[in-house]
Amino acid sequence: MANAHVHPETQEERLIEEHGYDDHFHEHHHGDKFQSNFLTTYIFSQDHKIIARQFLITGMIWAIIGGLMSLVFRLQLGFPDESLAWLKPVLGKWITVSEAGVGTLSQEFYYALVTMHGTIIVFFVLTAGLSGTFSNLLIPLQVGARDMASPFLNMLSYWFFFLASVVMFASLFLSTGPFAGGWTAYPPLSALPQASDGSGTGMTLWIISLVFFVVSVLLGGINYITTVLNLRTKGMSMWRMPLTIWAFFVTAILGLLSFPVLASGFFLLMFDRGLGTSFYLSEIFIGGQALDHVGGSPILYQHLFWFLGHPEVYIIILPAMGIVSEVLSVHARKAIFGYKAMVYSILAIGFLSFIVWAHHMFMSGVNPFISNFFVIFTLIIAVPSAVKVFNWITTLYKGNIRFTAASLFAIGFVSMFISGGLTGIFLGNSAIDIQMHDTYFVVAHFHIVMGVAAFFGMFAGVYHWFPKMFGRFMNETLGKIHFWITMVGAYAIFWPMHYLGMAGVPRRYYRFDTFETFRHFAEMNKFITVAAVIVFAAQLLLVINFFYSIWKGKKMTNPNPWGASTLEWTTPINVGHGNWAGKIPAVQRWPYDYGKDGREFIPQIEPLKDGESDGGH
Amino acid sequence: MTAFLAILCVFLIGIVVVQIGRVTELASKIRGEEEMQDRTNKSNASLMLAFMVVFLVASVYSAYHYKNYMLGYGPHESASAHGSTLDSMFKITLFFTGIVFVLTQIALFYFAWKYKADKNRTADFISHDNKLEMIWTLIPAVVMTYLVVGGLDAWNQVMADIPEGAVSTLVPQNDKEFLEIEATGWQFGWTIRYPGEDGKIGKKNFKLISNNNPLGQDWADEKNLDDMHVGEIVLPKGALVRVRVTSKDVLHNFNLPHFRNKIDAVPGMPTYIVFRPTKTTEEYRQMLKDYKEYQRPDPNDDTKMLWETFNYELTCAELCGKGHYSMRMLVKIVEEPEYRAWLEKQNSYYLSTIRFKDGDPYKDKLFDFEVKARKAEFDETLDKALAAQEAAAKTIRLTYVNFETGGADLTSLSHYELDDLADAMKRYPNLRIEVAGHTDNTGSPDANQTLSEQRAQVVYDYLSKAGVSADRMTAKGYGQTVPVDTNDTEAGRAKNRRTEFVILNQ
Repeated sequence: MANAHVHPETQEERLIEEHGYDDHFHEHHHGDKFQSNFLTTYIFSQDHKIIARQFLITGMIWAIIGGLMSLVFRLQLGFPDESLAWLKPVLGKWITVSEAGVGTLSQEFYYALVTMHGTIIVFFVLTAGLSGTFSNLLIPLQVGARDMASPFLNMLSYWFFFLASVVMFASLFLSTGPFAGGWTAYPPLSALPQASDGSGTGMTLWIISLVFFVVSVLLGGINYITTVLNLRTKGMSMWRMPLTIWAFFVTAILGLLSFPVLASGFFLLMFDRGLGTSFYLSEIFIGGQALDHVGGSPILYQHLFWFLGHPEVYIIILPAMGIVSEVLSVHARKAIFGYKAMVYSILAIGFLSFIVWAHHMFMSGVNPFISNFFVIFTLIIAVPSAVKVFNWITTLYKGNIRFTAASLFAIGFVSMFISGGLTGIFLGNSAIDIQMHDTYFVVAHFHIVMGVAAFFGMFAGVYHWFPKMFGRFMNETLGKIHFWITMVGAYAIFWPMHYLGMAGVPRRYYRFDTFETFRHFAEMNKFITVAAVIVFAAQLLLVINFFYSIWKGKKMTNPNPWGASTLEWTTPINVGHGNWAGKIPAVQRWPYDYGKDGREFIPQIEPLKDGESDGGH
Repeated sequence: MTAFLAILCVFLIGIVVVQIGRVTELASKIRGEEEMQDRTNKSNASLMLAFMVVFLVASVYSAYHYKNYMLGYGPHESASAHGSTLDSMFKITLFFTGIVFVLTQIALFYFAWKYKADKNRTADFISHDNKLEMIWTLIPAVVMTYLVVGGLDAWNQVMADIPEGAVSTLVPQNDKEFLEIEATGWQFGWTIRYPGEDGKIGKKNFKLISNNNPLGQDWADEKNLDDMHVGEIVLPKGALVRVRVTSKDVLHNFNLPHFRNKIDAVPGMPTYIVFRPTKTTEEYRQMLKDYKEYQRPDPNDDTKMLWETFNYELTCAELCGKGHYSMRMLVKIVEEPEYRAWLEKQNSYYLSTIRFKDGDPYKDKLFDFEVKARKAEFDETLDKALAAQEAAAKTIRLTYVNFETGGADLTSLSHYELDDLADAMKRYPNLRIEVAGHTDNTGSPDANQTLSEQRAQVVYDYLSKAGVSADRMTAKGYGQTVPVDTNDTEAGRAKNRRTEFVILNQ
């Protein structure tokens, strides 16, 4: 008897005991040497579940900072002539108060806020906070592994992210301000301290921070890939993996292939900044001086940046898609429609994401002939994306939908993904992009499709797997209020921006009344700002709910509260390091047997009955 | 105090939120979880349906409300020849995406409402349907193909360079001619260069940029000499225009929203756009007149309506630093006569700012048109003197004849006027003159006397070498004895240092 201390009580435990794989996990060691004290349990933990929580909470803190920044610049855009003197205690010298007492936001800091908002949300929140959290939490649990392939690298992954966070946070307090040249950091603006205050020390810290971040992503990614490929439990064939795992797996591959290119782009930028090379610089006269750099091209940087930058948007959205597929299926009590088509779509999107990058550069001066190919590939992406949307909608069809905060956000995700995805068809077509490029149409497009949608995926994941993380539930009513305000509010913020963009209003403008063409929209800008304030306030519902529920939420009594068939719900309520007390569960079927044979759900660990079809899985 | 109140507020809101949460938890304890889930399913399903209606109505209504800002609709018409192809691509895309948007959103929210949980029902087990999936893979694929083909066709037309064999000229007259101008972005503004009479923009080099050469034009390239820097972009309606876009420092973007043009300004690499403006500013204003958005008083000038003050604008559409939002320049499209009248008022940057200054490589020579102008000026002065009666009018100053300081060597540009004089001597065979040298009172009178004699003699020798016979002229030095102005100021002394000739006989 391998595990004398395990006494199967529930049906699940019996199934694991009967069919599971015995890796003698608890046989040989005496106490967990990796989790022996507070420090190793909660701080320098190597348990993927703790690391997931660390990513999530760090991500939440960054989301609040990034969100607050957007409120400040929205105030500037919505109410350009109102006094911001009341922000002086927080922003200090970045607010200039005139003798009449009117406080004005400095232009330099406005651009710093815009830049930091983008950097923080894209990298720290929607990459680390989303993929970092759920890949860590779910990959070992859903493939039936004790932990990541390398728990130590996994721990390092978080701490490199933490280091990146510290450096970026420090840059906010520089006297010359943080970097202010846009989250894409195009040189020469980002390369020359003469060009912008933020391009001095602010930019140096920005690059250092993001290089640490790249290290974090690579350490995490290599772990996710290895774990998915090598540590799947008995019976867990690739075609039996939940869509979450497929999404995290492809995301990790994308990250592994694209982030090093970003890093090399950054290194060349560092060389140009510090060593006098001319990779990106040529024929520049600035600050009354002709620089020595000749022969470089700023467009090279754009290629390197977007070679990451475009896969990056899929690195953000694929995990959200995976989460939504899972959550929709569980709460609709119905199998995900077209599982294989969903997997092929993820693979197709992942592949195509590498050959569309220059659609960010139609107007950058690249040869217009080259753009033809990027238009074709870009619009092809619409096909697998459309397939996913149709499949999600069909998943709801004839389902038995249980509305929870998680399923609401999953449905909201689909709505957002449709709205934002369709506007991508305009932008991907280079002819239309001539007018739309760098206008508010783009802002509306990417905020809806990869900002709001990715957040919705993340929220769905948080509400759904909170019980797994903390053994308690988040409050459902607050979650639903949070959803409805955010759903309505997010559209209220970003929908009107399409009209701004059609009128040609450029993004990244400090104010619009310098141009006759752009000054028609003062009322709309006020409306957007008010909506943004309300939506931000609604997010505090989540924050309060989250932290309150960690300690005071309703306790979990049933280890599988949602009636889900995936493996993570076969673990005990208070999951220890190693995930399963006894054997590792063996997988007998695909993860979406909902409503089959008149049963609400059939866990993956339940063997096929005689004559039962496995549906080709 | 405010900070304290703010913190208190946040704290109280937090408590309220937590209490809301607890109330519902209590309710679920009393009513039972299943009952509560049942209620919440119903209410949220209804909200889904309500949201669908409100969302679709709001999106369609807002699109209707803002229709006049949509590309190619109402007053938001493009003002360039290629603009409409792009606008029609927008409309076609809007049509297809609009249908998909409405149908999918309806399906999503309707199914969410329709299939809300019901205790008495289980979900159907439908794992896939290959036929259905094939259909909805193919339909988007076909639509995308259609959009790609249309889009690429438009794109390649719009981005095409000027037709082969076309010639650049300042005022294009036909399809074989185009106007090429140059826009250079810098932090934070634009410098616009027009080609001048030769129709060609001269070379530039960033190393040559200085205070009085803001673009770094290379004056050794003669194409530069007539290039003009202008304060606004004025273009003739109907002409083919190519804009060469460059940058001095960081990336900028040359964006003409009304003309559907946008291209990055890249340091070290010129980029190009080609377009043909089709509506004059005035015509565009007349078109706007009919729309109520433009029938409001201009906030900056309430004596005029918005349509009356409308102008095309050049903007920057690539983040370039803190002044990015302010890189405005006025763009005017006018009929050709008005364009010509405007060109008349523009000056060559070289001639107005660089000519005869230190950086001028041609300061030792005159261009043909300058030689002609000088000759005309000289002949006019001479003819006036010949026609005059009084003796004082018979003395003519050789304005452009100068000597190196303190010596009797002619400066490099002096010979042009002497040539003009020699020509006049040939034209008027009876003309006899005295060449007279004068100095100011700097230095000793004796030395000045000698110097003036030497200088008169140099002129005499030059004329004689040019074929004027000795009996028709004399040379005389007057030293400082005949000032025409005060010697107390530099300006006066400059007038006193002079070479003249006196008509003795005509």
